[in-house]
Amino acid sequence: MDDLLLEFLTETNEHLETVDVEMVRFEQDPNNQAILSNIFRLVHTIKGTCGFLGLPRLEALAHAAETLMGRFRDGMPVTTPAVSLILTTLDRIKEILGELERHGVEPQGTDDDLIAALDRMSSAESPEPVPAAPGVKSQSVGTLVHQVLERELKPGEVSLDELERAFQQAPGPEPENTSGTLVYQVLERALKPGEVSLDELERAFREAPGPDPVISVKQPQASPVALAAAPRNVPKKEAESSDQAEGSESAAGKVQTIRVNVDTLEHLMTMVSELVLTRNQLLEIARRNSEDHGYKVPLQRLSQVTAELQDGVMKTRMQPIGSAWQKLPRVVRDLSNELSKQIELIMQGADTELDRQVLEVIKDPLTHMVRNSADHGIESPAERRAAGKPEKGVIRLNAYHEGGSITIEISDDGKGLNYAAIRKKAAERGIVSEAELERMSDAQVGKFIFHPGFSTAAAVTSVSGRGVGMDVVKTNIELIGGTVDIRSEQGRGTTFTIKIPLTLAIVAALIVSSKDQRFAIPQVAVSELVRVSPSSEHSIERINGTPILRLRERLLPIVPLSKVMRLSDEEEVNTGFVVVTQVAQQRFGILVDGVFHTEEIVVKPMSSKLRHIQLFSGNTILGDGAVVLIVDPNGLARMVGSGGQSDELQSDTSLEKAIVTADELTSLLVFRGGGDSLKAVPLSLVTRLEEIDASTIEWASGRPVVQYRGRLMPIVSCDGDLEIKAHGMQSLLVFSDGQVSMGLAVAEIVDIVEDKLDVELLAERSDLVGSAVVRGRTTEIVNVAHYLPLVLETWSRSSQERKQGNTLLLVDGSNFFRDMLVPVLKASGYRVQTAANAQDAARILSQGVQPDFIVADLELPGHSSFAFIATLRADSQYRSIPIIGMTLKPDPQMIALARRFKITDVVSKVDRRGLLSALAELGGSLEEAA
Amino acid sequence: MKAINTVSFNTRTAFQRETEFISVTVAGQLLGLPIGRVHDVFVVSEMTKVPLAQAEIAGLLNLRGRVVTAVSLRSRLGLQEDHRTGRRMAVGLECQGEAYGLLVDEVGDVLKLNPAEMQPNPVHMDRRWVSLSQGVHQLQGVLMIVLDVDAVLAFEAEREAA
Repeated sequence: MDDLLLEFLTETNEHLETVDVEMVRFEQDPNNQAILSNIFRLVHTIKGTCGFLGLPRLEALAHAAETLMGRFRDGMPVTTPAVSLILTTLDRIKEILGELERHGVEPQGTDDDLIAALDRMSSAESPEPVPAAPGVKSQSVGTLVHQVLERELKPGEVSLDELERAFQQAPGPEPENTSGTLVYQVLERALKPGEVSLDELERAFREAPGPDPVISVKQPQASPVALAAAPRNVPKKEAESSDQAEGSESAAGKVQTIRVNVDTLEHLMTMVSELVLTRNQLLEIARRNSEDHGYKVPLQRLSQVTAELQDGVMKTRMQPIGSAWQKLPRVVRDLSNELSKQIELIMQGADTELDRQVLEVIKDPLTHMVRNSADHGIESPAERRAAGKPEKGVIRLNAYHEGGSITIEISDDGKGLNYAAIRKKAAERGIVSEAELERMSDAQVGKFIFHPGFSTAAAVTSVSGRGVGMDVVKTNIELIGGTVDIRSEQGRGTTFTIKIPLTLAIVAALIVSSKDQRFAIPQVAVSELVRVSPSSEHSIERINGTPILRLRERLLPIVPLSKVMRLSDEEEVNTGFVVVTQVAQQRFGILVDGVFHTEEIVVKPMSSKLRHIQLFSGNTILGDGAVVLIVDPNGLARMVGSGGQSDELQSDTSLEKAIVTADELTSLLVFRGGGDSLKAVPLSLVTRLEEIDASTIEWASGRPVVQYRGRLMPIVSCDGDLEIKAHGMQSLLVFSDGQVSMGLAVAEIVDIVEDKLDVELLAERSDLVGSAVVRGRTTEIVNVAHYLPLVLETWSRSSQERKQGNTLLLVDGSNFFRDMLVPVLKASGYRVQTAANAQDAARILSQGVQPDFIVADLELPGHSSFAFIATLRADSQYRSIPIIGMTLKPDPQMIALARRFKITDVVSKVDRRGLLSALAELGGSLEEAA
Repeated sequence: MKAINTVSFNTRTAFQRETEFISVTVAGQLLGLPIGRVHDVFVVSEMTKVPLAQAEIAGLLNLRGRVVTAVSLRSRLGLQEDHRTGRRMAVGLECQGEAYGLLVDEVGDVLKLNPAEMQPNPVHMDRRWVSLSQGVHQLQGVLMIVLDVDAVLAFEAEREAA
């Protein structure tokens, strides 16, 4: 294909993209002459070039479209069918161009259908001539020349065409005068503030009252727009016309751009990548050799230049995200017609730049998501009216930089996700069991739309509902290390948030080692590093062999890298570093042996033979020349999710639940006693999990004890059916308080789960608080307090010695917590009164009970706890009584609030020990005061 | 992974009819690779193992800044891996735009042979060998199997089919 044709194709395709967008804008704003002129000019250019290159089909089409647009210019009303017809024509032109690109010749075929339709449309009815300008039509045809200002108009300015029209329409001198002299003048750069365009100058010159009164022009009266704006411009021009007249400066200030083949840029990028690698190697050598042979300074310089070069080349690959959005206005327009909805598309941050490779990948997903929003999200005008929303729905695209990544939001103000329908569908399709489904939060349910083949659309439309798409969207985005999130509010709309890295070629990575092999973990996924060893504060615990790290009250699933990579069979790795990794909603820790440094690495794709391994996203060459595999956190997360284990409790959702902390969730340790039934105890009560050799269990006066941390610890079986083992390993839950501990013997530790705890109380059994449904299975919640007296006379004795039976009023709305805390408090020697709410508490106090302390839940329903405390503080009798507030999560806001109400101390509800020590402290001060 | 002793082959003006082979040895067996497919021969010094990879892939190598996938010819031929320490040789090949290094025990001479003299595989040869071999050349005292480079590097498809 010859160069000329190639050039034409590139250029025309670009023009068509613009025309698409402009056409949609024009339809919404048919009076905007500037848009129309722009379209007209572009189509005209296409037509002209086609004629020049001898492409009759394209020329004929462009001509017919141009004619119709000419009619718009002449004032024909702009109708949707007419715009649709022009858009269809543009599509046809694109098709032909596509063929042309493939075969180098125009394809056979005829466009008579379209041309005929266009002609019909243009000649359909002669528009009512614009009353203000009779005879305009004939004039324009002969004299209008395309004048284009190559930049956006500033407020207050008028477009050249409007000026032209105003000029034409003004009752002026003979039209011949004008038509003969207007010349097409284009200034090839953006005007600086204060400058005027050549055309304006020209105009000003001619409009100025000259020596010959015959050609003087009165200010136009026909066009109100021009009237308002023109006078402001004119005087300015005159003032500056003298030094700007030649416009010689403009040539020098011309912005120069050249078209560069993408392949050339790609090659450049590869070479720079190699350069970065070599630089890294040199730096590594320099690091190793302490002796400076005078090359270190130049090496530093080289390093710097390389970094700059890398930046520069990266910049050439950057494209504004707007180029991926270009098709969207057209898509939305077509959809709103097809679906009879009114949809407005608002795009923000279109100039946010990102790597073109990334851009290519997200282009289609974006289009798909916008289509989805238009089809599923936005309701029909009638529905919107009924819901009290404006008839016109809004889809909003927003892109912005955030850290090392770009965030793109696609939001609509439609009906939001129908969680009920998704739940139903998920159950129908058998993705999860109904029981599981019931316990899932809406946010988790929302994620189902990313499952392959998932669609809740009642009817399959041409637009969507076929259930292909969202899974592909997710896969595509994850492929480039991005994440998609969904947030939806019933009746208010849905927002998708896509986070993608700026570039794929060079990333910062953390170099770690596992069993003598090094790996790179992309820095973006790493949120922190924790050193673990059995003796340190952070140690790895195991539940049924699955390693877990307790990190700031949260349980972090641990993935030993050596295990997933099958580098060693060693199960019990307890020392090393945990790389805390966050992928979308999932948080987990990667256990590695060593952590080196971070390095800018050049990502090289995996060999096609190795691409099936989920765990790696690529490989790279480090500064010392070693090939290192890049760990894909997404792949690891998937492995964590599916677990590769048969244990049903370790399903994806359960882990996700364990990771996402929700305030209302309680961590439960699930275990088995003698029978088959599952038992559970709040994890916060358990001090430690131990597995001891049964042979070390001794029997003292008929009771089992074990030497534990230098002391004797009594052991009690968790139920009558379970006998304490005589040999083998015995699992123990250790409960301890200060100096004393108790071991609860269990058959097997099953899992740690986080779940909403809804306990049905059982009065008849003292060893159980009650039962609850945990992870879909009925689980007995064990009453730890029951066991304490069985083994711990010492416990109660020792504590009772210390405290003289202070009375305490416990106000807590939750039965469960009351039942959990009372035995603990009693065991610590307090006389406890309980109240379920503020009224109860007030009643108890009014009965003359004089507690030494009040322990109150600060989250009683309806904020009644603060009101209660306020009344107490107002009463002189209770002004100075110590009050300890309990909250699920003590945050600064809560603490500040508590201070205002003179609450003595605030402790976490699950921090039993904190409560006891706060009480002990207060008790001490009480005694001193007494 | 540094490649030392890189041998580049000046294809001397050969007789039209003759094909040149690079001879390699694996477990005592002489095998020939068409010289047109061989980019270079290098000594493997450092190799990064790829966890979870198929057995045929020995690891990844850095060959002058390029990451090369090392394929074990022994494993392809169904032979036991040789765990002797010592220098390992690799033959650089290219297949579908990707670089491979075929690990062999030793690299021998370049042989000029007449394609007409190539004989078909013996019927009772191991099926795995047959699938990788184009034929057999009888040399003085030894037999040389002519390897089909594409087949040697096509192990993934094979596995999927199985």
